[in-house]
Amino acid sequence: MISPTTAGLILAGILFTLGLISMLIRRNIIFMLVSVEIMLNAAGLAFIVAASKWGQPEGQVMFMFILAMAAAEVSVGLALILQLYHQLKTLDSDEASRMRG
Amino acid sequence: MGTAFYIAAAVAILSTIMVITRYNIMHALLYFIVSLLSVAVVFYLYGAPFMAALEVIIYAGAIMVLIIFFVMMLSLGSQTAGEERSWMTPGVWIGPSILCLVLLGELVFLILQPAGPAGEVRVVEPKEVGLSLFGPYILAVELAGMLLMAGIVGAYHLGRQKKKIVHRFLQTPES
Amino acid sequence: MEWMYLVPALPFLGALLLILFSGKTGKAGVIAIGCGSIGIAALITIIAGWQFLQSDIPAYDQHLWEWLRVGDFSIGMNLRLDALSLAFTFVITFVGCLIHIYSTGYMADDPDFARFFACMNLFVGSMLMLVLADNLLLMYLGWEGVGLCSYLLIGFWYKDPENGAAARKAFIVTRVGDTAMAIALFLLVQHTGSLQLSVVLERVQTLWNTGDPTVVWIAFLLLGGAVGKSAQLPLQTWLPDAMAGPTPVSALIHAATMVTAGVYLIARTNIIFSLAPAAQAAVAITGAVTLLLAGCSAWVQTDIKRVLAYSTISQIGYMFLALGVGAWSAAVFHFVTHAFFKALLFLGAGAVIHALHHEQDMFKMGGLRKSLPGVFLVFLIGSLSLAAIPFISSGWYSKDQIIWLAGVTERGSSWYAWAAVLGAFITAAYTTRMMLLVFFGREQTHVHHKPGPEMMIPLYILAICSTLAGFLELPHTLGHFAWLSEFLAPVLPAPAVLHADVAAEWGLQAITAGLAALAIYLSWRLINAPFPKEAGAFLRSGWGFDAAYDVLFVQPFVRVARLNRKDIVDKIYTGLAAITRTFHRMMSSTQSGILRWYVLGVVMGAVLILSVIIWRHSL
Repeated sequence: MISPTTAGLILAGILFTLGLISMLIRRNIIFMLVSVEIMLNAAGLAFIVAASKWGQPEGQVMFMFILAMAAAEVSVGLALILQLYHQLKTLDSDEASRMRG
Repeated sequence: MGTAFYIAAAVAILSTIMVITRYNIMHALLYFIVSLLSVAVVFYLYGAPFMAALEVIIYAGAIMVLIIFFVMMLSLGSQTAGEERSWMTPGVWIGPSILCLVLLGELVFLILQPAGPAGEVRVVEPKEVGLSLFGPYILAVELAGMLLMAGIVGAYHLGRQKKKIVHRFLQTPES
Repeated sequence: MEWMYLVPALPFLGALLLILFSGKTGKAGVIAIGCGSIGIAALITIIAGWQFLQSDIPAYDQHLWEWLRVGDFSIGMNLRLDALSLAFTFVITFVGCLIHIYSTGYMADDPDFARFFACMNLFVGSMLMLVLADNLLLMYLGWEGVGLCSYLLIGFWYKDPENGAAARKAFIVTRVGDTAMAIALFLLVQHTGSLQLSVVLERVQTLWNTGDPTVVWIAFLLLGGAVGKSAQLPLQTWLPDAMAGPTPVSALIHAATMVTAGVYLIARTNIIFSLAPAAQAAVAITGAVTLLLAGCSAWVQTDIKRVLAYSTISQIGYMFLALGVGAWSAAVFHFVTHAFFKALLFLGAGAVIHALHHEQDMFKMGGLRKSLPGVFLVFLIGSLSLAAIPFISSGWYSKDQIIWLAGVTERGSSWYAWAAVLGAFITAAYTTRMMLLVFFGREQTHVHHKPGPEMMIPLYILAICSTLAGFLELPHTLGHFAWLSEFLAPVLPAPAVLHADVAAEWGLQAITAGLAALAIYLSWRLINAPFPKEAGAFLRSGWGFDAAYDVLFVQPFVRVARLNRKDIVDKIYTGLAAITRTFHRMMSSTQSGILRWYVLGVVMGAVLILSVIIWRHSL
């Protein structure tokens, strides 16, 4: 029988991969932001699973930091998207490729 | 591992798949909320009830609602969905999907490696978490506070509706 | 004598000052530094020479400092004054000083006045270092130093590419000889363990018997160095082209001093050559052949300086002939007289060229006897010496000694003597031709301006010297007086005369004198006679040596260079650069600005790293 830790980690891996796929195939910049959220959430899940395996609070502490970071990231990210939308009149991230270095 | 976990896991995976396949952004966001809620259930099952609550309140409640309101504010409707559909051709998604599945395979392979004794789920009390947060991790907490502060200031600054100043490099020919 | 180190040091100091303050001292300052340093050096030389003559010591050594030390092998910065180096030092400083004074007039209008004197001073310093060095390495330093100055001064008017080419030719051709000399020095270090001349020459005598292959090799290699520097066959081709430099340079470097460095080298190492009869015979044959070939070439030149250049080659051929038959002091004697009269001739030619506004073609001169009487007088004295007119010219005394000794010494041969006699005939002929073309006949180019006193006074002094220098030694037939040979005896052994026959000597002198007179008469009569055109062109080009070397060495080299035009060695580096550029282009093409591609790159990296981890894990 599969152990709880393994099962939880596999779930986190699957969710993360799904977010990654979404990140790679989407051109809509809001979808890309959501993909990042999916992946962050998967990473948080992995921390929680690890915390329960070792019985230590550090994993949950890390999840709280991820939560704080996600909140900040979303707020700034949405503000950036808003600016970009005003500038480009589209949400297509490839349109922003004119900024190539 | 109990049946509850498998159900929650299945719901999470299925709803996430729905998120990444939707063309309408509003539908995708709602599915993502379902995914988050099921992940909160998984948290609870793994002995982190406080985190499950936070997941529901902050992620599903605050962050996702913020995004939803944002989308509504931009009033992106069916026209964006059609655009989305036109972008999503098999040529676009097959390659990255295969690559990501390879990555998943590797991850699973590594997770399945026998490492240490397989323990049962242990409950970590919120009290412990609080002691740890405001004990050894106090510095990180303050950093997180600063990060949030920066986020607020950045969001305010970037999101301000001001007179449109187009950088000369971004000026399109028609404008 | 303890001030001897100042003799080379002062010219070096002058050169340094001129280089450092070039353009800030003004013309008077340049003259003061340039001529002053050489003049004081000449004075010190004369005083030191006087003291040396008064004392009985064979040589005066001065240790300055240790130059370098490798284990037991040590090279000192040592100077050594003996009879031979004194003779050379005296000529270098004295003639050098006169030529410096002359140059202040000749180069007066040149914008690079300071540079000229800096190079000249550097040359005099190097040359003095060469002759005063007590070890072969220091001598080599001076040897290369004079080569450098020769290069700098031949290419003095560097704006004309031809002058630059002539300078490079001189440098590269002499380098061939220098390489041989360097190898000779290596061999000497290997076998004798020292480069100090006294030690080397002492050990050489105990180390090898006469004719030992090693010593013959060393002698031949030394001869190679001497041949390169002294413009003898087969490395003589650079000297005629070296006339591209200013005339005082030709007088000082390419007639009086530097080109006789080879003579000095062989005379200095005479013990080695005595032990190597084959090499010594090669010296004599080189000299004999060179003096004939160069004389013939001098006969047909149109450029007055090239006549004198070929004449120099020919006269140094005489010196080599004397060295080759073991008449060491005769060679030095001819060096002294030659330095005076050839410097006189060159400076006289320079005065003519200067007066005619840099016209060097003799066929455009003529009739200058009336317009430049002073120059005519001194040029005549120089020409008499060059043509070896009996009794009244110094050239006769020295040349007659060589001709006589070439025939009668142990290593001599009557062939050498007859070659020398024939050479004397040719010399008289081309000298007369030159005199006639330049100073007689119809005036063709108007005299531009007459040379000033700063040019004429050195000429008068040199004219007096080139008359009186002959009386340093008189032939047996005119009373036994051999002051120079006796003076040089501690350094240079006397020639081994086999059969001294006074009647034969009289006869030879008579023949020489008669041939010279005949040459003058024939030249006088036949001055306008037509000369076979092809033969003239062939001789004028110096027996086609340049063309032959071009075919033999230059063109194969050019062909090899052309084969390697793409530069195979360089390919590696350009290849590296190309690979880097390709990678750069590949990398910069990934900077597309499309965010998904960046994420894709991250994912691929993650997959790769995890693959590596799994692969290592499964091992």
